[in-house]
Amino acid sequence: MISDRVKVAILGSGNIGSDLMCKLLRKPGLMELALLAGIDPASDGLARARTEGVRTSSQGITEILEDPDIKIVFEATSAKAHVRHAKLLREANKIAIDLTPAAIGPYVVPPANLGEHIDQMNVNLITCGGQATIPLVYAVSRTAPVRYAEMVSTVASKSAGPGTRQNIDEFTFTTARGLEAVGRAEHAKAIIILNPAEPPILMRNTVYVMPKGDFNEQDVVASVEKMVAEVQEYVPGYRLKSEPLFDLRDTPDGRKTVIVILLEVEGAGDYLPKYAGNLDIMTSAAYRVGEMFAQKILSSQGALV
Amino acid sequence: MKPPRITDSSLRDGSHPMRHQFTRDQIRAVAKALDEAGVPVIEVSHGDGLAGSSIQYGFSGTSEMDLIAEARSVCKQAKIAVLLLPGIGTVKELKQAVDCGAHVVRIATQCTEADVSQQHFGIARKLGLETVGFLMMAHMRPPQFLLEQAKLMESYGANCIYIVDSAGAMLPQDAAERVKALKEGLSIQVGFHAHNNLGLAIGNSLAALEAGAEQIDGCLRGLGAGAGNAPTELLATVLDRMGLNPGLNIYKLADAAEYVIAPMMPYQPIPNRDAITIGYAGVYSTFLLHARRAGERYNIDPRDILVELGRRKAMAGQEDWILDVAQDLAKARDQQKASGKTPAKDSQERTVYA
Repeated sequence: MISDRVKVAILGSGNIGSDLMCKLLRKPGLMELALLAGIDPASDGLARARTEGVRTSSQGITEILEDPDIKIVFEATSAKAHVRHAKLLREANKIAIDLTPAAIGPYVVPPANLGEHIDQMNVNLITCGGQATIPLVYAVSRTAPVRYAEMVSTVASKSAGPGTRQNIDEFTFTTARGLEAVGRAEHAKAIIILNPAEPPILMRNTVYVMPKGDFNEQDVVASVEKMVAEVQEYVPGYRLKSEPLFDLRDTPDGRKTVIVILLEVEGAGDYLPKYAGNLDIMTSAAYRVGEMFAQKILSSQGALV
Repeated sequence: MKPPRITDSSLRDGSHPMRHQFTRDQIRAVAKALDEAGVPVIEVSHGDGLAGSSIQYGFSGTSEMDLIAEARSVCKQAKIAVLLLPGIGTVKELKQAVDCGAHVVRIATQCTEADVSQQHFGIARKLGLETVGFLMMAHMRPPQFLLEQAKLMESYGANCIYIVDSAGAMLPQDAAERVKALKEGLSIQVGFHAHNNLGLAIGNSLAALEAGAEQIDGCLRGLGAGAGNAPTELLATVLDRMGLNPGLNIYKLADAAEYVIAPMMPYQPIPNRDAITIGYAGVYSTFLLHARRAGERYNIDPRDILVELGRRKAMAGQEDWILDVAQDLAKARDQQKASGKTPAKDSQERTVYA
């Protein structure tokens, strides 16, 4: 029997795994959430899954590997754990969509390169800050080659779980590489700041872009605004705080015009409240990538009939 | 009371007023003078720590790794310390700094976020470094809260925890209470890093010392962010008068301040109008120059920007919020003008925020 939905599992019952679960339950699309696996039976994420009638396991990856019907696995644990899981998932012939900064598979940022890696068995979603800022750097680099890009991501303390906190070096490293590989900046740097203010602040990102040579400011503004509209299709709370600014700054190449883009991301409020735009942009991107793989699996099944 | 260990941060906190443009010659001259005066620890890094060179904070004129190596090359007894802010720098730069001659790492987090430093302390200890935990913006939380954060860093392997008054917002009692809580709850050393925005850098350092602090920071001529830090030469002289001189040559330190660092300083940091506002509003001292720039761009009093940043609870390193606030204030002003309302009386309006 050919099912009309592809069975997927989420590995990791922290903030990101739980938020993705909310999205899959609210709008399953082509995916059916078959299992949420964690390691802490008392975690809030597993408790919520049980209330929602989702099958759960607190045995980590084991039950996922034992179920041949699960075709796609969303990894929402930690970079270290994914290094181990990646191999097991590949051996079990399951597609891994990696939401940790482990970066084993190629980077995917939906509005920049969604379809490029459809034949891979493991793709990486970089980081929340990467999903928020790489589209903007990509928007600039499609109008003018980019010499250097820098992003500063400020997120509410409450929205940064233990995985993020233990992997903060991986966050900065992987985000910078994503700005280069997908945003197409020659060099890049990433900074993350946690802010404990109450009530919690919305996720705020600042993107600085230094093009290589002269560039047309109007083209940059138009390209950035078009990109914002594209991201808003899957993250409605993604918005600029103002039009891109053009600011003269001292740089290693002398005094240069730097493009400054101030971005705010308000979440959908699925698992954590709306301030956690960082969760929303990550899980929304993961959902998009999951749909793409599900579509591919379903159409290949159709072809067999 | 015992004589405290002094760490001089002229070549790290001083990087802010220098706009991160220290040269190799300057680093060598300052490090040599401090070493000869008996200062046991000299901190060298970009002002925002390793890998701070950026558009957000300002690019380094000379690579900090080269500066660390230069400082190391002229020191006979002093150890070189580096600052690392997880989220900006990583263990990759820390390892490079160790290769360049660093022996001490000071790992700095917001005073509420100590748990982001676990991997860095672990690796620093493996590298054989002396480790110091730096709880920044410590005026924002009460003593017992800070103790819990300090205990985390102690459990990760810190040898000492500093109460860091990044905003220069503490009064002597604030400094004393915080140090005392850590002294009572920890089994490792406690330190204090002052800023002089309210003119209390020396006073707060003494209050910390009386409360049990074993390590105190200074910068020659107070060269540091905001109104600067406790001047090392002044701290040493006062300690000498108290009978607590930890082995510093106060004449040589005064000479270093007068003839080595003063001629290279772009300005003398003092508690002037904007720096006092930083202490009053409780915001990061390095916001000083960035807020002035944004104020010029949008024709806004930098004090209004700083006070609003305080109201929004900006933390260490959030220089990019300055632009947000300046834009918002400019927008509000323009709307007010357009609607023809008389602007609120300046001085009275400002006190409302506090």
